[in-house]
Amino acid sequence: MLTCENEKELALRARNMRCHIIRMLEAAGSGHTGGSLSIVEIMALLYFKHMNIRPQEPRWPDRDRFVLSKGHAAPGLYAALCEAGFFPEDELKTLRKLGTRLQGHPDCKKVPGIDMSTGSLGQGLSAANGMALGLRLSGKAARVYTTLGDGESEEGQIWEAAMTAVHYKLDNLTAFLDHNGLQIDGDVTKVKSMLNPGARFQAFGWNVLYADGHNLRQLDAAIELAKQTKGVPTMIIAKTIKGKGVSFAEDKAEWHGVAPKADEAVQAIEEIMAGGCK
Amino acid sequence: MEKLSEMKAIRAAYGEALVALGAENKRVVVLDADLSHATMTLNFSRQYPKRFFNAGIAEANMVCMAAGLSTMGFVPFCSSFAIFGAGRAYEQVRNSVAYPHFNVKLAMTHAGITLGEDGGSHQAIEDMALMRVIPGMTVVVPCDANETKKAVFAAATINGPVYLRLARPATRVFEQNMSFTLGKANVMRSGTDIVLFACGIMVATAMECAAALSQHGISVAVVNIHTVKPIDRVCVLKWAQRCKRVVTMEEHSVIGGLGDAVSDVLLGNGNFAFTKIGVQDRFGQSGKPEMLLAEYGLDTAGSLARIKTLLG
Repeated sequence: MLTCENEKELALRARNMRCHIIRMLEAAGSGHTGGSLSIVEIMALLYFKHMNIRPQEPRWPDRDRFVLSKGHAAPGLYAALCEAGFFPEDELKTLRKLGTRLQGHPDCKKVPGIDMSTGSLGQGLSAANGMALGLRLSGKAARVYTTLGDGESEEGQIWEAAMTAVHYKLDNLTAFLDHNGLQIDGDVTKVKSMLNPGARFQAFGWNVLYADGHNLRQLDAAIELAKQTKGVPTMIIAKTIKGKGVSFAEDKAEWHGVAPKADEAVQAIEEIMAGGCK
Repeated sequence: MEKLSEMKAIRAAYGEALVALGAENKRVVVLDADLSHATMTLNFSRQYPKRFFNAGIAEANMVCMAAGLSTMGFVPFCSSFAIFGAGRAYEQVRNSVAYPHFNVKLAMTHAGITLGEDGGSHQAIEDMALMRVIPGMTVVVPCDANETKKAVFAAATINGPVYLRLARPATRVFEQNMSFTLGKANVMRSGTDIVLFACGIMVATAMECAAALSQHGISVAVVNIHTVKPIDRVCVLKWAQRCKRVVTMEEHSVIGGLGDAVSDVLLGNGNFAFTKIGVQDRFGQSGKPEMLLAEYGLDTAGSLARIKTLLG
């Protein structure tokens, strides 16, 4: 259960993360705005409530793991890591620039707090399965979290991994589907009929939960339920809005892989701040 | 010096080596993609069922699972046929294993045309090329059962991705006490007229060629390049400069494999007569392994014919 205080704090974190995302993307001049903004509440709940992590000891063996399978949402992950204290805020300006640790897609060799290099779609869920198996084999109680895209789920390997997680009864794995309904070429139902992803994962044997991906209380309840579920992995279908929080980017496929220009960034920050914490 | 004895399949040696390694290193885990009876990981799965994971017929998934396991401090050995492990799962190997330089060992069997009857669809003639081109990847091609066992243990001692290319058929077993150090070539035989650089099952063929040529007063050196990457530059240069006539022998395409690795070393370092014995830019096909080797010019007779072009 989220207390009002928790909720306020998380909403503030989410607001800060959205500002980080806009500022780093503007400074970079390129990158993925829409899908970074849509995962913010998921990231806020993981990094500021549920995940057992130590920013001062990023490789702490008993930590919970996170895999950003939809690696192009890297700014969303960097925003959370910076906000959690894994690296200084100043570094966000280096995103995508020569010599930076903040590569266009997450690089676990460079950035403290990143457990898996991702970016090539479809591979993260398999890696998360490997981590969950490894935790079990090591007798560790830690959990693995991963965030997938709905467009990403057109990759066949997602379904290979979906079978694997159920086969090995990976109840220490919680996955989120960032179901924002859009991919680069447009609507996910028009590009490749990604209809009813929840029913699909359910048919594969997953415990499937649904939440408004921007509603902290709903997401929190789903994550809690997943922790209590035994014998099967959990998929939280998070209905989200691509570009959430920025009016001109919301629900627009064109904002998949475009960074805001200076004037757009100013407007975006204003809107995000005005959105405030409910 | 070189005494040829029994015949033994390299993949059988791989299966035994995994069990032995698993006994002494509890962090070793093994993954297969429904081919454990063929890759011989079955032995390990019976001995250490908790440390064995069948990924199902899903090689891409297997490679990324291994990546995840390696982040937990385990040392995963992944096995399938070379065509699937290096071919189908190529991009997973590149991005989920090699790019983060994870400690995953890719031991792929049934490489090359000697896979035999299943035919060209299953015969990986390009896997060395695919793996060589990946930064930080170590590529090892053992020549016999003994070397396979040593290679498996050696692969587990280094931190980083290793591709082990393993053949299907029974091959000649050289002496047990042959040394094995990753990255250091083994001189199997000294000579001054011509040097044969070989890897995998072609090492035995090179030895036969050398024996036949010595009957005609030709002094042939044979160097076993078991580690194709990083290649032993010092050894390659030394023997090439001594003999001036250079032949590479591999059961792989002549594009991107051992031949190219050796020519890269020699480029700009002298004048050499040079020829590459290997699959000449064509696909494999069905047939018995020995018939295929003859068809593709990789048996002793075919190899000798090509070697003789350098002897004038």
